[in-house]
Formats: sequence, C-alpha cells, structure tokens
Amino acid sequence: MPERKKPKLAVFKFSSCDGCQLTLLDCEDELLALVGEVRISYFLEATRKVEKGPYDVSLVEGSITTPHDIKAIREVRRMSKTLVSIGACATAGGIQALRNFGSVKEFIRKVYAHPEYIDTLTTSTAVSDHVSVDFELRGCPINKYQLLEVLNATLNGRRPNIPRHSQCMECKANGVVCRMVAAGEPCLGPVTQAGCGTLCPGVNRACYGCFGPMETPNTASLAAALAAQGRSRDEIQRLFRSFNANSDAFRKEGDSHG
Amino acid sequence: MPGVDASNGAPAILDKDGLGQLIAALRTKGYRVVGPRSADGAIVYDDIDDIEDLPAGLGDETEGGRYRLRKRTDDVLFGYTLGAQGWKRFLYPPRQRLFAARRQGAGFQVEAEEGEEAPMAFLGPRACELAAVALQARVFGDKTFPDPGYQARLAAAFVVAVECGAAASTCFCASMGTGPEVTSGHDIRLLEIKGQRFLAEAGSDRGREILTGLSLSAPTAADLKMVAAARKAARAGQGRVLDRDTAAALQSMPDHPRWDDVAARCLSCGNCTMVCPTCFCTTVEDVTDLSGDHAERWRKWDSCFSVEFSYIHGGAVRTEAKSRYRQWITHKLSTWADQFGSSGCVGCGRCITWCPVGIDITAEVAAIAATRKGTQG
Repeated sequence: MPERKKPKLAVFKFSSCDGCQLTLLDCEDELLALVGEVRISYFLEATRKVEKGPYDVSLVEGSITTPHDIKAIREVRRMSKTLVSIGACATAGGIQALRNFGSVKEFIRKVYAHPEYIDTLTTSTAVSDHVSVDFELRGCPINKYQLLEVLNATLNGRRPNIPRHSQCMECKANGVVCRMVAAGEPCLGPVTQAGCGTLCPGVNRACYGCFGPMETPNTASLAAALAAQGRSRDEIQRLFRSFNANSDAFRKEGDSHG
Repeated sequence: MPGVDASNGAPAILDKDGLGQLIAALRTKGYRVVGPRSADGAIVYDDIDDIEDLPAGLGDETEGGRYRLRKRTDDVLFGYTLGAQGWKRFLYPPRQRLFAARRQGAGFQVEAEEGEEAPMAFLGPRACELAAVALQARVFGDKTFPDPGYQARLAAAFVVAVECGAAASTCFCASMGTGPEVTSGHDIRLLEIKGQRFLAEAGSDRGREILTGLSLSAPTAADLKMVAAARKAARAGQGRVLDRDTAAALQSMPDHPRWDDVAARCLSCGNCTMVCPTCFCTTVEDVTDLSGDHAERWRKWDSCFSVEFSYIHGGAVRTEAKSRYRQWITHKLSTWADQFGSSGCVGCGRCITWCPVGIDITAEVAAIAATRKGTQG
C-alpha cells in the first residue's frame, strides 16, 4: 500500500490561557504516534518552525476579543480544510466572556494606565460566532483522549465519538457517587456535556460545567432544584457564569437570576 | 462446639466470625468478593477483602433527589437499604470491548476477546436487586440468544443475599411483588437479626456446601421471633406504592397531559436509567488508532434520555424531553410486559433517590391514575 501523504496540522491561539494546546503536548505516550501520522506545520507553542498554509486540520484555541482577532480567524478559516475549535474559550468565549456582562470601557479605565492603547471588542465570543467551524471540542481544558479521538476520526474520515449527553452519565459509568444527591452540593453536571473524565466529581466536588451545556440542557429545572437546596439567586447566577458563561443556555439561565 | 449441621438446609445462626469465615471461604475458592462499603458519602458495592470493609453502624436516608448516610445507634453491618448503584455494573460493565480488528492487506483480521475473569461473589444483594438480575438475565437471552458475557458472569457468580430488615421511604418492592423477602436467585440468604448476627439459609447446593464448613449454631425461639419482626418491618416500612394497573396501561396514553408536566422538570440527564438495575440499553462505538490499521468495537451503557439514542437516518426520533421520559417509563412499566412477560420495574426506588430533581416514578403514575379515575368516574 502506498504511504499516504501526511496531513498538515496547525495549532492557532487566540484569547486563552494556552492550556488546551498544551493538552496536545500532554499526549506524551501518543505524541510520537501522532507526529508519525501528521506533519506539524504550525504550532508556535511547540516549535518555531512554521510552514505556510493551507492546512489539512487546524486546531483553534481561544476566543475572539479584538478587531485583529476577527481578521486573523477569517484568515485561519481560509487556510484550513478542517477547522476544529478547542476549549471553552474557542467554543463559548471562555471565562473572559464575563466582560460581556459588564462595561468593557469601565474595566479598561480601571486596569490600564493608558486606556488609549487598548483596542478591544466589548465581547469575548466563540470562534463559531465569526467563521464556520467543522467541529467544536469542549472543555476547560479539553480532555486529551477526546482531542486524540477528534484528530483520529478526522484523519480516518469518520465521525468523532464525542457524546453530547450529560456529565451524569459519565459519573454513573465511572461509579462516581452523585455530589448533588448524596452531599447536597450545587452541581452543574445534569446540564453539562460529559467528557472531562469525572475530574471533579471523582474527587468529591460537584461539577463546575467546564464542558459547557449538554445537548438538551434544562437549566431552569436544575436552577429550581438548586434554589430548593437553599442557594441564593446570586449563587445560582455565579454557577452559570463561569468558563462557559457565554454559551447560549448558561447565559440565558444566568441572566434570569440577575 | 461445632454447632449445627447445615447440610440438611435448615436455617442456622451465623455470627460475625462466621460471616468472616464465609468471606474468607469465598476468597479461598477464588471468588472476587464484592459487597457494600462506605465511600464518598454513600454505600457503594465494591471489592471486599474482609469483614472490616463492611459499613458497620451505617444507615441511609433517601427521598426524591436526596440521599444521606447516617450513623446508626447500633453496629449492624447491613443497616443501609441499597447501594448507590446496583450489581448491574458487575454483571454488565459500563464499557465492554466486543472485539478488535487489525488491517491485513485489503481486509482485516478480527481478534477475539480473550482472558478469563475471576468469578464474583456478591455479598449483600437485596430481594429487589436479585429480581432485577433475573429480569436482565431474561433480557440478555437466557434461552435462545444468550449474551455470552452476561450469562457467563451470572452463572459463575456466587450470591449471598442479605434480606432487608427495614425499608426506605423510596422503597416499593412490596407493590411490585419482588420483595422484601428473598425467595430465589441466591446461593445463601442471610438476614441480620441483631448486630452482626444472621439467620443463614442455603438456596443452592454450592451454598449448602459453603455453609456446612462454617461455625453455625441453632436459632433460638427469640432469634426466629426477630426474623419475623424484621421481615414484617421491611414490608411495612416501605414509603411508596406503585399503581400497577395504571402503570400497565401507560402505553395507551401517549397524549396524556402529564408528559408535558414531567418534561418541564426532567433534566434528560439519564441518571434514572443509569441507576436503574434493569435498564440495559447500550450504544456501540467503533474506534480506530491514529494509523487506521487497528480498530476496536466497544459497547457502552447508553440511555433513552440522550438525543443520540433515538438517532436513525435523518435525525433523532425523540427530540423532546417529553417523548424521552414517556419512552422510558412506558417501556419500563408497560411495554416491557409485551416484550419480556413482566414489568421492568422492581421497586428499588433508585430512580427516585438519584434523580437530581427528585422526579418520582410512583408519583407520576399516581398523577396519571388520578386523571383516569376522573375520566372513568
């Protein structure tokens, strides 16, 4: 069988903490296999060597927060056959989307000595709010096995096995005891997409919703149950306003507890 | 004194040391002993090395969407009602690799699953849990098309059932006819009558064989009186009842307004199906390695509450929470009978307890029953 031509992989970063692209380097055992199958053409966090586009697969981390970002993401889209946005920043705007709920002008005035140098948008938004995206990989940060699965599926021309159901199903499959039911903790698991590997519930902490809304999030019902636990409106709003604050479902629920 | 001879199958008394001997004997025979432990704020079923692993002096309190461990005033070993999850995950693991395949030229070579699993001994199944095991055994084809993994694990498993001496507010096995007394599916049944003292009876030849080797004594009249009282309490203490007539009729009510009502509360999170000891649905996933030369097929627990579950060519059939909840409860309580000859609910109440918003299967049926009476009257 002839060797297939190695697809070119690019990794781009927008407004983010770099944790998601580090997940790629965190693949350790699988990294050699990966570079055996793809050609890393653009990945500034890992190598200075840069190859021109077009790229077969581009992983995009980070949210769109500046006018420059908008231009850059359009260029990335133009150069990429397949564009996969990775992480809560790229798929929902990230924690920095908390700016969407306040006055950016005010923030800039308070933080910077020379506000006139700051050229930023009033919102932090997902990549898919600006260009078409082929697949959105959730998480804050993303899960390494899910990342490998998406790359793997993309390279082999199949659909990634990334479930959209609740975190609860992953907790139960892993035999994790429910924090909400057994400890009365405020948990976003029932409205959050699975995939983290039960990181928090596995160490007796309720779900923070890092993977964003599950496929059919009934946030109103969960919020009512949280209120019945004795959580205040402010607490409930804060729960929904974290890493995925600007995802549709969490934003609407958070707004309704203002 | 060697105590009584259990070889004739007569009930005998097993004390704490005897239970310790039982666990040791099972381990000596090569069983992986699984039983109740306290972990992460709940009773969970997990590997048991010796009697010290059992949750002495712990009980549980359950309500819709609420579970709490509590300290009892005594030191009984089985003073809780049910573990957070049942025995399903041992007989029917959440993830199973069905086979692997390797590319060979233009085709591929299938590599069969191999490897013997150690036989398991279950210490502590309740009557409702054994009823659930029996239901799943039927689902997984105990006659014509057996699921080889499930049937092999079940056939190898040694079951030391422990009857309930009390009931939880979420229990309704009595109304489902599955308990609280253990009548089948066990090799040995125990009933804890006073702190760490058990009435023991064999339910099979291998159970008899193991019991015969343990230190037993004859039950006193007081022991037998306590046994009767415990069984009575386990029945009388059940906090819920399921209206079985209405339950069976659910399949004739696809347009009942109650489905909208429950859909407003239902999270579609799937917890009820995961903790249900009879829910058996799975999805099959094919995965490849990066080179595409090696592929594996995995079977994983799935839930009728996920959208993907009802996906057929062109889209999902059950797109609304309403239709997903209706599907679950109607199959469980009504169409299960057409399919498998009985109700699919054993009355353990786990779906009530572990629903984060406390949706109660018995209350939903009762609400529908109330409207039926209205229309019939």
